Amino acid sequence: MSTARPAPTASARGTALHAEWTKLRTLASTCWLLAAMIALTVAVSAAAAAAARCPSGACADDPARISLTGIYLGQALVAVMAVLAVSGEYGSGMIRLTLAAMPRRISVLAAKAAVVTGLTTVAGTIAVMGSLLAGRLILPGNGIGPAGGYPARSFGDGAVLRAGFGSVLYLVLIALLSLGAATALREAAAAIGTVLGLLYLFPIVAAAAGDAAVSRHLEQAGPMTAGLAIEATTGLSTLPIGPWAGLGVLAAWAAGALSLGGLLLRLRDA
Amino acid sequence: MTAATMAPPRPGPAAGRDSFAYVLHAEWTKFRTVRGWVIAVVVGALVTLLIGVYTGARSQDGCATGPCHFTIPTGPGGEAVTDTYYFVHRPLAGDGSITVRVTSLATVLDGGLTPQGPTSTQPAAVPWSKAGLLIGAGPGQGAAYAAVMVTGGHGTRMQWNYTGDSPGLAGGVSAAAPRWLRLTRDGDVLTGYDSADGRHWTRLGTVTVPGLAATVQAGLFATSPGYTATSSQQLSGSSGSGAPTDATATFDRVSLRGGWPGTGPGTASAGAAWAGTSVNGGRDSISYPSGTVAGYHQAGGAFTVTGSGDIAPGVDGASSIDATLAGLFIGLVAVIVVGALFMAAEYRRGLIRVTLAASPRRGRVLAAKAVVLGAVTFAAGLTGSAGAILIGTPLLRANGNPIYPASALTDARVIVGTAALVAVFAVFALGVGAILRHGAATVTVVITAVVLPYLLAAAFPVLPDGAADWLLRITPAAGFAIKQVIPAYPQVAGSFSSYQGYFPLAPWAGFAVTCGYAALALALGAWSLRRRDA
Repeated sequence: MSTARPAPTASARGTALHAEWTKLRTLASTCWLLAAMIALTVAVSAAAAAAARCPSGACADDPARISLTGIYLGQALVAVMAVLAVSGEYGSGMIRLTLAAMPRRISVLAAKAAVVTGLTTVAGTIAVMGSLLAGRLILPGNGIGPAGGYPARSFGDGAVLRAGFGSVLYLVLIALLSLGAATALREAAAAIGTVLGLLYLFPIVAAAAGDAAVSRHLEQAGPMTAGLAIEATTGLSTLPIGPWAGLGVLAAWAAGALSLGGLLLRLRDA
Repeated sequence: MTAATMAPPRPGPAAGRDSFAYVLHAEWTKFRTVRGWVIAVVVGALVTLLIGVYTGARSQDGCATGPCHFTIPTGPGGEAVTDTYYFVHRPLAGDGSITVRVTSLATVLDGGLTPQGPTSTQPAAVPWSKAGLLIGAGPGQGAAYAAVMVTGGHGTRMQWNYTGDSPGLAGGVSAAAPRWLRLTRDGDVLTGYDSADGRHWTRLGTVTVPGLAATVQAGLFATSPGYTATSSQQLSGSSGSGAPTDATATFDRVSLRGGWPGTGPGTASAGAAWAGTSVNGGRDSISYPSGTVAGYHQAGGAFTVTGSGDIAPGVDGASSIDATLAGLFIGLVAVIVVGALFMAAEYRRGLIRVTLAASPRRGRVLAAKAVVLGAVTFAAGLTGSAGAILIGTPLLRANGNPIYPASALTDARVIVGTAALVAVFAVFALGVGAILRHGAATVTVVITAVVLPYLLAAAFPVLPDGAADWLLRITPAAGFAIKQVIPAYPQVAGSFSSYQGYFPLAPWAGFAVTCGYAALALALGAWSLRRRDA
């Protein structure tokens, strides 16, 4: 480039996006991780639906929540995919080439976020649809369906739509949280450990806290416990936090992680 | 190796590299000089400890209004017990026996908390309601005893000293199918019999109850434990509803033999000598279905006895020392990341080639890493678990939270076992790291294999009980059984699900499952290290 750095144009942003898309698309691990995410999410969801029992017809089970059990595992693979999108570049030194080609570091992060969002949306939609479909097919046979006293709900029902779309959004926000954490921490293993710790430890510590008020606050603050409130279609009043408010908590975590990552990306040497 | 070759202060490089101590020292140097790993392990241990202290200092769940101080009765073996029943008794001096016929056992449930309607009592099937004969050391709670009884749903049984339980005739009791019970005392030896017709007797068991005085209390008892309905999938552990129940049993044909003051040998009962006692802790904890009262009624040779409670090992209403281990999982994640990186980081910068050039015996390198990592994480785990339990538990107690009495051996098993579990998980991560050679992949695999099953099965009620139990049997998370303090007893109608902290495997069996996974990962890792290029 012989002239001074040009102002960012629509085409420059397009180039950044295209570059990130090419990098992520051509990584074998991305494809494998997303395929594994879909397969494991649907498999675990189907297994949970097959194991659910409600012989008496008076259970508090939420069919949508059971159908989406696989998200607990699937989110870990989404997190790995997002972490590797950043940490992979630090591991190989590729990041120096990337930043030499595109010196506007925030644009690089934004392009990565856009690509990760797109990929997660597509894979997440398939996984969530597959899980809900599996639940729809399996659960009524175990007494959790119209015969068991549950309201018959189509996929177009408001609460089911919220659970389905919300779960895809949940996965996207998990990916963004992981992207931010990886940008801040760089080291892939540490970033994965931090993200999975944030997700899984809140409910475990809340369950062990032994103090109802502390437990409830922990469940309201935890990115997973709050975010997964979006899956609920029954018993909303017993949730620690409302569905959309819960997703908002997760969005705040993701925004915080991305901001921290962006700040450190600008301030530190690559 | 002879003494001569050992004599120089710096052994030759070939000899030195060949020794395991040398490799061990090299790995220890690698570990302690990576600042991030040391910080992660130390912070993990401190967070575990501090959360334990915080749990103890913060928790005020013992009573609704401020701290209260009630003690849990303990049985002859030092275990927590429930010992609440109605007892119609008279002294037995020396040896003797008592025989009785039971013609009915009816239980009622307080209807106030059931879907059926407002407060009223109604017949209920309470499987562990019990009534029968009891010979015991005294009226206080937790006294040594042996008893033969009919139960609501588990046939005739002999039980002794709270934890002992032995089955007899199956089936319920009714006027058409009465049950005959006999309990004899011969010194410290108590023997129980049952019979369907009063002529053909079967011995249920002979037990030695040490420490019985010369004169003991013997007679008829009735009791019935509270009813609990658990629905497995309520969020956040709300475990369903409960209500008090009581049991009313009808006895007749009481016959006494041996040293019964106030009766001639072999005669039927003389009414005046019987006394009724409601055995309880002297507090309001015992509750009856509305409209019913404990007591007994005697008409001629027939007795009707009504009681509520249980004579059994205690499992409800108190914390155990593992309540202070909430922070364990935070430390665990730190240790898993370090364990994964201890192996995987060698591959990132090509250090593994230097390592293997210096020490070509590859299996030995992995073994040295496992020893160093295991020792460091065991020390960190011990700091966390011992600190959390030894500081947090007295704080819990001081805040009025009843703590389950457990033997010092159980306490030591929980503290040391938890530390060992942390070390085994770290070594598991090391082995997976040797197989996968990639830090992020290793951390993901290990955390989803260790923390996720525990989360789904024990912390966050998502799965049905059966699936949850299987997860805690076959995944590496089985090892968390090492921190279970209160055993699950089959003769107690409790909610022994994993959400209540009861693991499907015994403590050491669960620990062995986790060790098996770690050993398998190490073996595969060693194989992979030897067979593949670095």
